[in-house]
Amino acid sequence: MKLQLTFTKKQGREPVIAKVILATGALINVEKAYIESLCGEVLIDVQDSDAEKVCSKFRELGVDYKKLVDSVIRDENECVECGACISICPQEVFYFDDDWNLHLHTEKCVLCGKCTISCPQRALKVRA
Amino acid sequence: MTKTIEEINEKILNGSARVVTAEEMPSIVAELGEEGALKEVDVVTTGTFGAMCSSGAFFNFGHADPPIRMERAWINDVEMYAGLAAVDAYLGATQESVTRGINYGGAHVIEDLISGKTVEIRAQAKGTDCYPRKSIENELLLEDFNQAIMCNPRNSYQRYAAATNSTDRTIHTYMGALLPGCGNVSYSGAGCLSPLINDPKLKCTGSGVPIFLGGAQGMIVGPGTQNSPGTLFATIMTTGNLKEMSTDFVRAAAMTGYGVTLYLGLGVPIPVTDIDVVRNTAVRDEDIKTNIVDYGVPSRNRPVLAQVSYADLKSGAVEINGEEVRTSALSSFKKAREVAAELKSWVESGKLTVNLPTRKSDPTIVVKPMRESKRPPTIREIMTSNVVSINETEDIKSAAKKLLNAQTNHLPVVNAAGGVVGIVTTYDISKAVVKENQDGKVSEIMSKNVVTTTPDEVVDIAVMKLERNKISALPIVDANGHLVGLLNAVDLGKLVGKRWTK
Ligand code: SF4
Ligand code: SF4
Repeated sequence: MKLQLTFTKKQGREPVIAKVILATGALINVEKAYIESLCGEVLIDVQDSDAEKVCSKFRELGVDYKKLVDSVIRDENECVECGACISICPQEVFYFDDDWNLHLHTEKCVLCGKCTISCPQRALKVRA
Repeated sequence: MTKTIEEINEKILNGSARVVTAEEMPSIVAELGEEGALKEVDVVTTGTFGAMCSSGAFFNFGHADPPIRMERAWINDVEMYAGLAAVDAYLGATQESVTRGINYGGAHVIEDLISGKTVEIRAQAKGTDCYPRKSIENELLLEDFNQAIMCNPRNSYQRYAAATNSTDRTIHTYMGALLPGCGNVSYSGAGCLSPLINDPKLKCTGSGVPIFLGGAQGMIVGPGTQNSPGTLFATIMTTGNLKEMSTDFVRAAAMTGYGVTLYLGLGVPIPVTDIDVVRNTAVRDEDIKTNIVDYGVPSRNRPVLAQVSYADLKSGAVEINGEEVRTSALSSFKKAREVAAELKSWVESGKLTVNLPTRKSDPTIVVKPMRESKRPPTIREIMTSNVVSINETEDIKSAAKKLLNAQTNHLPVVNAAGGVVGIVTTYDISKAVVKENQDGKVSEIMSKNVVTTTPDEVVDIAVMKLERNKISALPIVDANGHLVGLLNAVDLGKLVGKRWTK
């Protein structure tokens, strides 16, 4: 599961993620980090089974988090199932089944936005 | 054995014709043999669904009162070609809206019209005795038009090269986004289902042949523009009634960094008259070869990096120089299948009969590049070769002196062998002074990512490099990477009078 964390300026200086790893023993993968002078946003990936304890620890440390579900959305009326998005996405979110129907592993998305500008039909949207 | 068109049409009309798609044909031939397949199969249907930029529609809006002879005309702010007089105009699919740019164009107007939306027509004229009106603004539906005739001058390419990009930045092309370092391969075309792949000698695809076009029954006008069957890049010109089309098979699209285009479904029914047709329609994805071309090279003759088959492309990954690279299509194979299946049902139900071209197409024609009477100016013509440079081991102070003496802002940095290794600007020097580092070496402050040009490069390409990298000078290097000059904005200024720069 992917969690989007929002840090305040003060928390940004503290090793919050390290604290959570130590306290929970969960494996946390940092997929994207965006740190500005006043606050920061970090996208992490945790195993679904660890999600609950990781979330409660972040809550305890006062870090805002949002579970990312359906982070990339496809408008099926617009999509023509060309598959152009498949080779563009760094996370291999998109794939064809044997009958050339397009499917999405949305849980793998890291919100990079590459697919949205590459889709010729403008059928993809990424949750901000 | 051969079959005549009359025999095949008789079977179509009495409902006994055996119709298969081009995807089904190879296994039928494998099972029954060529003679068996000729006896068994009457019509093979093909299909493709992809970006067909060379599309548009002729419109007739009917006469207003008092009448107007349109000279310039727009539909939802997309300009049409109105040099056809009176109330006729041609809307090109790739024409962009004057107000919304790449987000709305001719293709979107076409899709909106088919889906029943109201469009706004605007036109201007000078006003004549017989057509006194000077301007008109009106809201219309597709059903209000007298005619809306799709016409695609260069449609259904026999083959397409696949595209990749060896440069270090993402490029945006009509083949979609191409990731840096050959990060992906983009291809187009339906492979074994593609109409002209199944008829490489153009025996069955020519003038007057009925086709599936955008969901309507259309027709092949004849060979298309840029037709080049001699190099296996044949095209056809097609037409069909827009009023009968469906948005299932006509879709507006926008390619980031490129422009608007129209996705269109097209299928040709191929009557199985002889063994040749059986052989041609038995083509499999494995048999269809195409080149992977480097779109990072901004020239007509782009280098070929690999040769692959459509089976390789459709597998999702190919190998380029030993590396596995992911592939994806711009055209939709699923939709191509829908086209071939729909066309198959038309023939099976007797809704569409077949015929051969009313005129033979020459399968040996080869397209020519443009004969350029004026060569585009190259860097050689505008460059100055008395360039001042500095060695990487010299100190920053000498760089400052050189810049001052030469009255320039850019100083290429070379190594002992004369190769360009960096560039230093007056800005870099000022920064060094502020940081009190004026005693350091040039190599400490130079930009190492130097973008260069060559004497043979076309000026437009060098200008693009300057704009894209937001820089104002390019060192000019020869084939060995040795510095031979410096191009800066002043040199380009020399061309302004000749209208070469923006
Ligand atoms: S690129 Fe767009 S239209 Fe093509 S398959 Fe992906 S979402 Fe669908
Ligand atoms: S936003 Fe990026 S990671 Fe997510 S689906 Fe699109 S391309 Fe893939």
